[in-house]
Amino acid sequence: MSFNYDQYIRGGKLPHIWCPGCTYGIVFKSLLRAVDFLKIQKDDIALVSGIGCASRLPGYVDWNTLHTTHGRALPFATGLKLSCPDKKVMVISGDGDATAIGGNHFIHACRRNIDITTIVLNNFIYGMTGGQHSPTTPVGHLASTMPYGNVDPNFNIPDLAKGAGASWVGRGTAYHVPALDKLIIEAIQHKGMSVLEIINACPTTYGRRNKFKSATDQLLWMKDNSLPITAFDKLPPEKTAGKFPTGVLFKKEAPEYCDTYYAMVERVRKPKEGRA
Amino acid sequence: MGTLKLLQGNEACAEGALYAGCTFFAGYPITPSTEVAEYLSRRLPLIGGAFIQMEDEIAAMGAVIGASLAGKKSLTATSGPGFSLKQENMGFGMLCEVPCVIVDVMRGGPSTGVPTGPSQSDIMQCKWGTHGDHPVICLTPGYVQEIFSETVRAFNLSERYRTPVIVAFDEIIGHMREKIEIPDKGVLEVENRKRPTCSPAEYKPFDETKGDVPPVADFFSGYRQHITGLNHHSDGFPVNAHPRIHTDEQRLIRKVEGNRKDIIRYETFMLEDAEVAIFAYGVSGRSGKNAVEQARAAGIKAGLFRPLTIWPFPEDEVAALASRVRAIVVPELSLGQIIFEVERCAKGKCRVEGIYRVDGDPITPEQIFDKIKEVK
Amino acid sequence: MSERYEVRFSGSGGQGLILAGVIFAEAATIFDKINAVQSQSYGPEARGGASKSEVIISDRPIDFPKARAIDLQLSLTQESCTKYYKDIKDTGTLLVDEDFVKDIPKGKFKVISMPIIRTASEEIGKAFVANIVALGAITALTGKVTIASVEKAVLSRVPKGTEELNKKALKAGYDMAKTKMN
Repeated sequence: MSFNYDQYIRGGKLPHIWCPGCTYGIVFKSLLRAVDFLKIQKDDIALVSGIGCASRLPGYVDWNTLHTTHGRALPFATGLKLSCPDKKVMVISGDGDATAIGGNHFIHACRRNIDITTIVLNNFIYGMTGGQHSPTTPVGHLASTMPYGNVDPNFNIPDLAKGAGASWVGRGTAYHVPALDKLIIEAIQHKGMSVLEIINACPTTYGRRNKFKSATDQLLWMKDNSLPITAFDKLPPEKTAGKFPTGVLFKKEAPEYCDTYYAMVERVRKPKEGRA
Repeated sequence: MGTLKLLQGNEACAEGALYAGCTFFAGYPITPSTEVAEYLSRRLPLIGGAFIQMEDEIAAMGAVIGASLAGKKSLTATSGPGFSLKQENMGFGMLCEVPCVIVDVMRGGPSTGVPTGPSQSDIMQCKWGTHGDHPVICLTPGYVQEIFSETVRAFNLSERYRTPVIVAFDEIIGHMREKIEIPDKGVLEVENRKRPTCSPAEYKPFDETKGDVPPVADFFSGYRQHITGLNHHSDGFPVNAHPRIHTDEQRLIRKVEGNRKDIIRYETFMLEDAEVAIFAYGVSGRSGKNAVEQARAAGIKAGLFRPLTIWPFPEDEVAALASRVRAIVVPELSLGQIIFEVERCAKGKCRVEGIYRVDGDPITPEQIFDKIKEVK
Repeated sequence: MSERYEVRFSGSGGQGLILAGVIFAEAATIFDKINAVQSQSYGPEARGGASKSEVIISDRPIDFPKARAIDLQLSLTQESCTKYYKDIKDTGTLLVDEDFVKDIPKGKFKVISMPIIRTASEEIGKAFVANIVALGAITALTGKVTIASVEKAVLSRVPKGTEELNKKALKAGYDMAKTKMN
């Protein structure tokens, strides 16, 4: 039996704003399947976003949804999560939203290891504003504000998240869909800050400018240039040049922020014992 | 009888927030407002509330809005540069009608300016700091006791009108200590936002048919909703180029401007027979009171109008004043900001004279008295 | 007392003079039920430099909150004395530490010199209670706030375990000033 997406999609809110060939719809469906698999009740989950194409996703899904300001989804989500630590709070963001304008919030949410599932849709470009280069646009590639080829070095989003303290870091692609479902499930299940980068295609403002003939070409590029982390790690560097690893790239046990905060609250609220 | 304490203005602000039921604070260290955060970092955990020092001022404002959407009465406190940084998210709070309180302890500026010196030069930023048309409620207490009571009132107004409320005071009263009485619980009214009584299926977060202040549902309360900083329909979903935008923004303005009588508060001192009026708030209002005493002792009929609500501006009151006094003197710790509002409302019916000072010291009663003698 | 009475505690950052001012204002407002406001100078340095804390006392409401005509100034260091003495009233008093303020500024005000820091370190045995010795002396010299109230305020503010030490320091300062006044 095919999956019933309608149970999660808000009536009358489709069609979505994404362009033909955009892979965000693939991620959207994967996200719905993952949350359904985990049997999280609609009332118990919030999806928070900032600004950009990815940030429009919450508007379509029948949860508690919040579309905030550019780059600031994580602070809003932090306020929600710290107020309701028993609820599931997720953030959906893009490469520019999460790592440029929201970079400070991103690294500090990772540092706190607050239990927010953060999904970063990396399409290598600012799509909504028409194709300006982002912190992940490959060097040399064309963007509307890099007409002679991008000279800006990149962020590697999983490395950034790991270095900043996130306790679960993964990467998936819009091409590897069954694997993506599993990754989203694991990211949500993880207690602590989980960062899942999902490689996406923006044929309209990135692919077209950078010699991808079609959206399909971009998906094939994902297929040809990614390697599961287990395989990636076994190969010598010359064999992995230009390729990127996918899967669960990093995880560790670490105290979760709300747990630590409310444990402190419990401790200081206890009546003092053994008075002098 | 409540509890008597000798408190800094900033500490009294924190006490006022707690009295009003605040259980969430997010902030970032900045002089001269940091004591608000420090005080609440000690107190909030003791009542099971949340305190978080965010990575920056912008994040603090975002977290406060997030917490308020979860139903918590939320506060942030900042000063000049931090207040500038918060403006975009404050605008989000205004458009999305999120109750919360922002404290701005004003210091010299622009830029880093004089972090430890007093100022009243954020007062126009309070009104126009974020982009677009928006409603603003801004309270301007002048005494430590008033910082307490006006902070309570700020929370009440933010809950009643479902909008961010600013409390703005200067470094001097933020840092000075005065005796205050913290009333027992129940003495001051504490108000909570109106929540929906309809079924979740019927609920619309911005339903103007429910009045200018529609009920607000908490996240995770069963009323699933979409909140966006885009202009939106009554159901919360985005709207583009539509007459709705015009009428809804009018509603936002109206819910504040249309309730001026409820929101505007001020103190008058010997104003009944005054020929010269002083219009001053905060520490300048305190000097104004002494100046009135000096003038009266010298046989000059002077009086003081001291607004506790600066936004919405007490237009009718200032207009009425202008039609019966010879001059209005406006002392302010800036190079002239609120005087333009006084002039606007006076409509040329009386002289309006400013006294400006930005050197880090307050305007003295003598400076004001000299000006009274000059314009009488 | 119907006039404003302005007291300035000055010295070097870290000598506890802001606390002394707070305690004095607390004694006046909470325990003696008279009006007081306390303010302090905030410089960027947390330690060293010249630091001051001012308390205005009045039986009328206090509106203008800054001290401008000082009735009593305490200076524990030469730097703070030289920096701040200029607005001491002609009828006012300058109280200085006998060992640390040697260069007494010229003025019509009365000057009282006492070994405040030496009393703290030698008589009480802890230099850090110099601020409380000074507070005792100020309580005697001003006569505006009762010593009983000041003692209550001291005890409510000082760290647990230092109560007796501070009571002793307060009394030492108070007695020393009383002797000077006779």
